[in-house]
Amino acid sequence: MGALWYWIVAVMLAMYVVFDGFDLGVGILMPFVARCDEERQQALRSVGPVWDGNEVWLLAGGGTLFFAFPLVYASSFSGFYMPLMIVLWLLILRGLSIELRSHFDDPLWRTFFDGLLVFSSVLLAIFFGAALANVVRGVSLGTDNYFYLPLWTNWRTGAFPGILDWYTVLGGVMALLALSLHGALYLCLKTEGDLAQRSRAAAGFLWPIVALVTVLAIPATVLARPDSLANYHQHPVAFLSPVFVVVSLVAIVIAQRKRAELAAFLASCLYLVAMLCGAAAGLFPVLLPSTNPAVPSITIAESVAGPHTLRVGLVWWTFGTLLAVMYFCIVYWLFRGKVAKRAESYGH
Amino acid sequence: MDALTLHRIHFAFTVTYHYLFPQLTMGLALLIVILKTMALRTGSEKYNVAARFWAKIFAINFLLGVVTGIPMEFQFGTNWSEFSRRTGGVIGQPLAMEGVFSFFLESSFLGLFLFGEKRLSKLAHWGAAFLVFVGSWISGFFIIVTDAWMQHPVAYHLLPNGTYEVSSFWGLMMNPWAWLQYAHNMCGAVVTAAFVMSSVGALYLLQGREVQFGRIFLKLGVITGVIACIVQIFPTGDLHGKYMAKNQPIAIAAMEGQFHSQTGAPIVLMGQPDEEGQKIDNPIAVNDVLSFLIYGTTKAEVKGLDQYPKDLWPTTLPLLFYSYHIMAGLGTYFVALMAVAGFLLWRGKLYTARWLLWPILLSFPLPYIANTAGWMTAEIGRQPWLVYNLIRTSAGYSTHIGAGTSLFSLLGFLGMYTVLSILWILLVYHIIDKGPETAETLSEGSSLTDV
Repeated sequence: MGALWYWIVAVMLAMYVVFDGFDLGVGILMPFVARCDEERQQALRSVGPVWDGNEVWLLAGGGTLFFAFPLVYASSFSGFYMPLMIVLWLLILRGLSIELRSHFDDPLWRTFFDGLLVFSSVLLAIFFGAALANVVRGVSLGTDNYFYLPLWTNWRTGAFPGILDWYTVLGGVMALLALSLHGALYLCLKTEGDLAQRSRAAAGFLWPIVALVTVLAIPATVLARPDSLANYHQHPVAFLSPVFVVVSLVAIVIAQRKRAELAAFLASCLYLVAMLCGAAAGLFPVLLPSTNPAVPSITIAESVAGPHTLRVGLVWWTFGTLLAVMYFCIVYWLFRGKVAKRAESYGH
Repeated sequence: MDALTLHRIHFAFTVTYHYLFPQLTMGLALLIVILKTMALRTGSEKYNVAARFWAKIFAINFLLGVVTGIPMEFQFGTNWSEFSRRTGGVIGQPLAMEGVFSFFLESSFLGLFLFGEKRLSKLAHWGAAFLVFVGSWISGFFIIVTDAWMQHPVAYHLLPNGTYEVSSFWGLMMNPWAWLQYAHNMCGAVVTAAFVMSSVGALYLLQGREVQFGRIFLKLGVITGVIACIVQIFPTGDLHGKYMAKNQPIAIAAMEGQFHSQTGAPIVLMGQPDEEGQKIDNPIAVNDVLSFLIYGTTKAEVKGLDQYPKDLWPTTLPLLFYSYHIMAGLGTYFVALMAVAGFLLWRGKLYTARWLLWPILLSFPLPYIANTAGWMTAEIGRQPWLVYNLIRTSAGYSTHIGAGTSLFSLLGFLGMYTVLSILWILLVYHIIDKGPETAETLSEGSSLTDV
């Protein structure tokens, strides 16, 4: 039962990355692909009706972690106190910048909100990547299973690392690049005109860098956490994740060449999911690895909630998630088609 | 200040600020559904224009509710990790359910409601509005279930590792405290929305513009206001108070300022509690009434604080006393104002009664204060417990997060929310100033329809 919930939480986080990932990517790319006010509106309209729903995966995933693994929720959220507070502020600023921009006609206000969107999207991508890298690398747990990491120490991994070290910074940069590529492919799919053209060019530029960093990430992870391949040796089926990573990266290029925009975007989704599955497979059954030699890692067995909680949870979770998927289908179906510059593609 | 106090202020401030928005949006969602229903039934476009106008105000408040709500879910873990670790198996459940059942519903259909009017049929657009309403009321329910378990823990058992688990899912959902509190709270949200709508209506009539809409807003606001204000006191407030008297007698004694047990206990309408001297200064009291309100007979004995050890008294007792009295006092004023307004509406004289339109205009902040004071009454009344009789507040916070760190993020939120307040005032003022008619003519390519 605990293992099932482990994968449920992993799937919800993957859904978050895939869905909110593209609107974060659109935010990051704004200054590079949208040159005038109409194009920026076009870019925003392509995520306007869906970004809020996308972000709900983070909340629902966090809530699921809370009730299925209370110890992990309590330990990690308090241990990452400072970066989480910064993430909260960035999420606030980002929500404002997307929704309030159109309420102001003055170009100065609009430029301000555009700047806010880029700033918050870039930093959120970096923080999320660094957060994931922290969980892969491990944290210096205390004997009470709590920890409090400084934002940085000497930038090295080891028994007592900081939240930012060379490995987690690499994770942040990687998330920034991968989500930019994801956003670029989304804009190719959902928009037309110059915006789509430039997004195409951006995707072409980003792809080789993402591929390079992906290749670098494997030895980096082994260096940062030497036992991260143990699961792979025991269960070779885990090697499917890196295989899918490579396949999806290749598929992105082929699909882009053939101008198969949907295929390219879906390949990018697969890439993100495969990367996350690779990380989860390497960690399993650990939820929060310990770098402190005196304290063992927090595993499923240690942190999972009581059996009745989990059994009941499975019933409503299945039902609720099916409903959520249905809502997503309705919204994305009604929002199908390309968003044109200045056009009334959705709504009034 | 010590870390515990700062963590408490941190949560208190962020949740109080957050709830300024949902109390309006939950109530307004209902009023918008009523407007959309009237548009469907009468076929009159003016109700659609009115609904669109309120949808704009709804959208801004919903956005601020979302962005200030996310920090709430995080703070259980960041600032109250011991509490989360021990009770996550119980309260994590309704919190996760809120995300899965409510947030997906709201976020999906709000987009359709705001941007999809031209694409959807009339009935489908009504449906979108209705689902946003359902989503926001489900959200309120799961939050209240969470809070009710902290107020009145039921359906749990203790696991060997010191954490709690749900023993009965339906027991948790059917917690009587939750349903009483939910009825009282949602009614309070409708009061806020009714007052805000009436206030905007009164503004237009006093200004002599948008008269058609001013009348619609005033009529709908006053009718729902009369009903909600009465239901707020009786039966919801009354039942909630009685249930509380049974289960949290110390809190009731502190709220009412009853330092000493007595039969035929008086109700203190006003005064200043003196915790040291165990008395109320400058009291204005009516004999026997408290006994009657709680037990239905003037002779009943009401237990005072002297019956309980001091370490079980709610901390910040005077604040609890004031919160409760502000809530009850304002609730009484609401009934009076709405009763007069309702009477004039029935007699057909409300729209020209400028002497009454003025207090209606000026009263819109008061339900916010009353709702906030009500929540303060509930949460301060729960002290010194985080989970009543199970976990003390002092045993629930993140001990490894220092006072300085907590103060840092508290200051961050204070600054951030100051900016939000300024933007909120600018935007809502702008929408009300433009008015429903003008907003309608400008709706092509401007404002919310843009995104």
